[in-house]
Amino acid sequence: MNDVKFNKIFISLNALIPLAFLGYDGWFGQLSANPVEFFLRTTGVLTLVFLIVTLSVTPLRKAFGWNGLIKYRRMLGLYAFFYGVVHLVTYSIFDKRLDISAIAGDVWQRPFIAIGMLAFAMLVPLAATSTNGMIKRLGGKNWTKLHKLTYPAAILGVIHFWMIVKSDIFYPVLFGLVLAVLLAYRLVPKAKPTVQTSSS
Amino acid sequence: MTEKKIAPSEITPESEYLNRRNFMRLGLLAGSAVATGVVYRSFNPVPPPPVIVAEIGSDVGSSGFSTAESPNTFEEITNYNNFYEFSTSKAGVARPAQNLVTRPWTVEVGGLVQKPKTFDIDQLLRFPQEERVYRFRCVEAWSMVIPWVGFPLKLLLDQVEPLGTAQYVAFETQYDPKVMQSSFSAGIDFPYVEGLRIDEAMHPLAILATGLYGKQMPNQNGAPVRLVVPWKYGFKSIKSIVKITLTDKMPPTTWNISAPSEYGFYSNVNPNVDHPRWSQGSERRIGEDLTMRKTEMFNGYGDQVASLYAGMDLKKDY
Repeated sequence: MNDVKFNKIFISLNALIPLAFLGYDGWFGQLSANPVEFFLRTTGVLTLVFLIVTLSVTPLRKAFGWNGLIKYRRMLGLYAFFYGVVHLVTYSIFDKRLDISAIAGDVWQRPFIAIGMLAFAMLVPLAATSTNGMIKRLGGKNWTKLHKLTYPAAILGVIHFWMIVKSDIFYPVLFGLVLAVLLAYRLVPKAKPTVQTSSS
Repeated sequence: MTEKKIAPSEITPESEYLNRRNFMRLGLLAGSAVATGVVYRSFNPVPPPPVIVAEIGSDVGSSGFSTAESPNTFEEITNYNNFYEFSTSKAGVARPAQNLVTRPWTVEVGGLVQKPKTFDIDQLLRFPQEERVYRFRCVEAWSMVIPWVGFPLKLLLDQVEPLGTAQYVAFETQYDPKVMQSSFSAGIDFPYVEGLRIDEAMHPLAILATGLYGKQMPNQNGAPVRLVVPWKYGFKSIKSIVKITLTDKMPPTTWNISAPSEYGFYSNVNPNVDHPRWSQGSERRIGEDLTMRKTEMFNGYGDQVASLYAGMDLKKDY
């Protein structure tokens, strides 16, 4: 097994551990007295965590020359999408009992739901075009352009999180600051390629 | 990865090199999985062991104000509630709240009264205690049914003889920075303060609760004595009270200070006035994971309390 393959297994294993814990705690009734809220919050936070990790690949390459990380970026982005799907499905089933008109009403009445939906909608075309074949069909340039949708999706995701908390804004602020740094770093001109690029 | 430095395959037989490499990889997978699990658990700890609190002891009467709805379990009530002095996580309150020191405890009652008096908690426990099974509706759109034990606030207020000029009652929670977190961490000012209009405070539904499920009040639920006003959102039912002041001015209230457009002084449960960021039209009764209930005006206590607000525009005075 080569290193890339191993690293992908490494990432997948760790990315799925939170899901395993959610399943375990759910099975044993340990998801607090309000399991739906707990499940929603945790999968929402995980979506943001994976978006942040995905968006940190470019700054890490720039700062440290770890160009090998690019091989794992799509996968990390797909895990963000995966937790986003679980988040949305949980909401649709447990909060809305799959009632489309109730969901539509919610989007209309509650701005934070609308913002979360918009963020998710932006991730859908990114996941759909995540295959090698789609990159070829779109052409690298167009693909890269399309995938810049990750930026607004992450920003809206953080706003969505910020809007549901009351005064406990610590984590939304933390996510917001980290995201701001990661996005701002993209404005920094690219460093010259360094010698120690093989460290990944 | 680091194996390039450690395993020079040129001099090690290839099979042994691969074995060693596989072994290291397996270790890396297992180690990282444990580390990720530890991080996850630190953010999402397992529920603490159930709290053990003493029985109330004295006779607890029953009340016609109790609902016939079946109450939530003791575990649900003691492991899921807001008490920002301890944690902003509802499941995270129970553990740190065990450090709250509830004896000795006094409640200072003063302001615009004839006979200001400081009550010891044991004196408060000598008021005639009765069980009040009330619906409890949080502003966050979840609800419970809780078998409180307590006595009407009116009984206490009558003892201090409010002056005719007293129009409001202000309440204050103990703030003990040794066992509670900072205002900065919680995002709201401490000590926590709340208030009622005096006719609300005198209403027979408004009680000072000293326990639940026939036991003394668990720390996390606001030991040793808290307010319960079941027709208002939960945050009005201030916990761990140390001070009650009668006044002629509308007193400041913590959540109103924090976000005046979201939390009014009255904060009556009202499905027709949405919180600016979420609907108040429905609620999740804790324990009912698959359904939402319709929220009732005044949390279903309209027959008893609606007259307090006759002629008021509750959309304006939310």
